[in-house]
Amino acid sequence: MPDVRRAVIAEDSVLLRIGLVRVVEMAGFEVAAEAGDGPELLAAVEEHRPDLAVVDVRMPPGFTDEGVRAALTIRQKWPDIAVLMLSQYVEERYAADLLATNTSGVGYLLKQRVADVEEFIEALRRVAGGGTALDPQVVAQLLVRRASDPLERLTARERDVLALMAEGRSNAGIAAQLVVSESAVAKHINNILAKLDLPKADADHRRVLAVLRFLGVGG
Amino acid sequence: MAAAQPAPYGVIMTIPPRLRRALVRMRRDLAFVAAGVPLHLVPALLSWWALSLLADTVTGTSSDAPVVLTAPLALLVVAGYGFTEAQRWRFRAICGVELPRLRFAEGKRQLGYNWLVGPLLGVLEVLLLALVSVALAAVLVLVWVWLTPAEWRRGHPGYTTTGAYLTMLGLVALAAVPPLAAGLVRLEILVGRAVLGVSRSDELARRVEDLTESRAGAVDAADAERRRIERDLHDGAQQRLVSLALNLGLAKATLTDLPPEAQQVIDAAHREAKDAIEELNNLVRGLHPAVLDELGLDAALSGLAARAPLPVRLRVDLPAELPQRTAPAIEAVAYFVVSEALTNVAKHAREATRADVTVTRLAEILRVVIADDGMGGADPSRGSGLKGLAQRVRSVDGTFRMSSPVGGPTMMSVELPCPM
Repeated sequence: MPDVRRAVIAEDSVLLRIGLVRVVEMAGFEVAAEAGDGPELLAAVEEHRPDLAVVDVRMPPGFTDEGVRAALTIRQKWPDIAVLMLSQYVEERYAADLLATNTSGVGYLLKQRVADVEEFIEALRRVAGGGTALDPQVVAQLLVRRASDPLERLTARERDVLALMAEGRSNAGIAAQLVVSESAVAKHINNILAKLDLPKADADHRRVLAVLRFLGVGG
Repeated sequence: MAAAQPAPYGVIMTIPPRLRRALVRMRRDLAFVAAGVPLHLVPALLSWWALSLLADTVTGTSSDAPVVLTAPLALLVVAGYGFTEAQRWRFRAICGVELPRLRFAEGKRQLGYNWLVGPLLGVLEVLLLALVSVALAAVLVLVWVWLTPAEWRRGHPGYTTTGAYLTMLGLVALAAVPPLAAGLVRLEILVGRAVLGVSRSDELARRVEDLTESRAGAVDAADAERRRIERDLHDGAQQRLVSLALNLGLAKATLTDLPPEAQQVIDAAHREAKDAIEELNNLVRGLHPAVLDELGLDAALSGLAARAPLPVRLRVDLPAELPQRTAPAIEAVAYFVVSEALTNVAKHAREATRADVTVTRLAEILRVVIADDGMGGADPSRGSGLKGLAQRVRSVDGTFRMSSPVGGPTMMSVELPCPM
């Protein structure tokens, strides 16, 4: 069955796991394995190489961010496995960490969104297909620090650069498109990052956030 | 006889309660006084011995004196603390009076008690005990007289009368014993407290120390309890509710051929389950967010700001080079302050369109300022939210200030101590 996409589910609450399995199956996935904590999840992913991992943020033994750490490991080791995080509460940092490596095939949703079965199925399919599914609350958190509207503070040229960044172009690509030097592009990008009040982190991380912000985050 | 009630012999033995109390009291007072005699007089004798040896040494009457002198002197030093301890025991065990343990540095007061005040009290104690014995002897005189052969008594007519007088006097003296003993005990307690007890300022300082410690313990315990409740709700009720909502969602999605009324019911249940999740989430978040422990104040606050129903501008300035992170209890209070304040703004601040939250750390102070552009008029003395907030700030020795003139704007400023 080469067409059937497979999923691994990590959720420590058995009750909820049963429901999740049903929804994931309704979305057309075959559930290859179920896990109750981080190490189990990593072992299952290693063994089954699924297309999608649905991961709860808080799992035993510490009930803190075990799921996030496992998800980051998955993203690092197997970049083509899509990861959808489920969390009781949305924490911007977790989302940002998850998006930092690669924004495709990533989702971060509040747990309660699984109750809206059709939308959740839609999100599962989108993430497995290489898209993103970010909870509106993530977006709200990512935008909370902006003053009135930081995008308004950008010049027209900076906005052009940001739009091209959002398309996924490199500095060289942007320079070619706008017919400017690469160092000019780098300067624009620095200005953008500064004007958007992005939290201090490594350059790539901030670049992704800038793009997310421009997109209004989401798909 | 067989049918008779058990002999009410108790009636004969019954002592009126007031008298019984007086007797118990007297017994206690006399025990206290009696125990005081050796404790007061032995040190007095010791010091007398030492003094006479000293006199001998000075005058040179005895060549052994300087050598022997070391014995009472060593005893004086060593026994001083022992006697004080024994006195503390006497006060506590017999009278229920707690004399605080003296510090080593307060030895002067112990010496004063054991060598100066003590002997005087010892003399009073001996006098009282002597009075008791003499009175008892006097009371018994009539009995002795009565026991003598009748012929002898007839031969000595004055003796019976004198015996009766003596017994009367003895009874009067015995009657005086309880108030005298009580008075002496009261005097001893007064003197003991004044000389052996701690000074008022020391006592207050010790109390403040104790209270500070116990309050910190209470704050920590409350924090741990909030954490536990948060964890329990997360593992239990919250998962169950999500599962319930999910199942209702599944029912809604799959049971499409149900009659419309049934579908409406499922729909309503689904909505309610989702609302319940939302409500419970908000409640649990207010208790103690797990993210506070993992990622710190900054991350936890941005979550709060994002969920607030009005736009919030958040600025958190916590220098990264601080030697250590702010104490968890302080962070929890800061989080609670912002959470409550934003809830308040959303609920009460009329016409507020935005709120500003600024958190700054200045060396040993964590300052949290929350401002909104509403119509003001908030009164911290009313409303349980603001009161609870001020209390929680005070529980960690923070300061809470609020300015909310009618017409606005409202500004709340909280400073929390962060000892480094």
